[in-house]
Amino acid sequence: MKQLLLVAAVALAAPAAPRATAPDRNHVIVIDNLRFGPVPADLRVGDAIIWRNQDMFRHSATARNGSFDVDLPAGKTGNTRLTKPGTVIFYCRYHPGMTGRLNVRN
Amino acid sequence: MHKLIASIGAIAFALVPGAAMADTPPNDAQIAHIAYTAGNIDIAAAKQALAKSKNKAVRSFAQEMVRDHAAVNDKALALVKELHVTPQSNPTSSALTAQANKKRAELAKLSGAAFDRAYATNEVAFHQTVNSALADTLIPSAHNGQLKSLLRTGLGLFKEHQAHAEHLSAALK
Repeated sequence: MKQLLLVAAVALAAPAAPRATAPDRNHVIVIDNLRFGPVPADLRVGDAIIWRNQDMFRHSATARNGSFDVDLPAGKTGNTRLTKPGTVIFYCRYHPGMTGRLNVRN
Repeated sequence: MHKLIASIGAIAFALVPGAAMADTPPNDAQIAHIAYTAGNIDIAAAKQALAKSKNKAVRSFAQEMVRDHAAVNDKALALVKELHVTPQSNPTSSALTAQANKKRAELAKLSGAAFDRAYATNEVAFHQTVNSALADTLIPSAHNGQLKSLLRTGLGLFKEHQAHAEHLSAALK
């Protein structure tokens, strides 16, 4: 019986397992024409954001909570690894009207 | 301050087609010249700030002005070359240059926090003036699609700079 219970417990735990071991993913956010492009909806801890600056201007992707600050010269890319769940508002240090929001879950 | 408002008013007046251009909207060669001149004026103002100011926020803003306006002006030069258009001097670009020279001479007499405040205040005013000119006159008058598109990018940039200049100016008060 004990064994059965254990099996049941493992079976219950199982659905969560693939997610915990799922490979980290990369999401691209394109910056162009003084705007941050669409932010992917399904962001998880462990994923990475690749900021791709296609604009003619230098930008930054800077978190309001100070968790990241990526400098992005014109035509360059930069990465941010998402390490915590929650909502992070980001903006460009040089062009403060440029903003966006990351929703990260476990 | 009165002087500043009066001179900005004069430029705004000059940028109204009905005023300086006697009901004739500027052609693409003139528009290119006005836009390029506006960018160069802001680069020159920023270089003056970089030579005079020790304030970190002011210097960072000035570096941004040099970088962004140089990027747009490089694109503008490449575009006029591609279109075989020679930018044409006109009363509006001359008025902008004359006013900017006067302002630069005024700012040259200031130093320290007084310079920083005057530079930031003038940046707000200058960007407001150019924004209105782009939105009300230059973009609607441009014929070439690529020029129109570059001017729209310029307007987006000038708006961002205006917001940044307003933040800077408020922080220096």
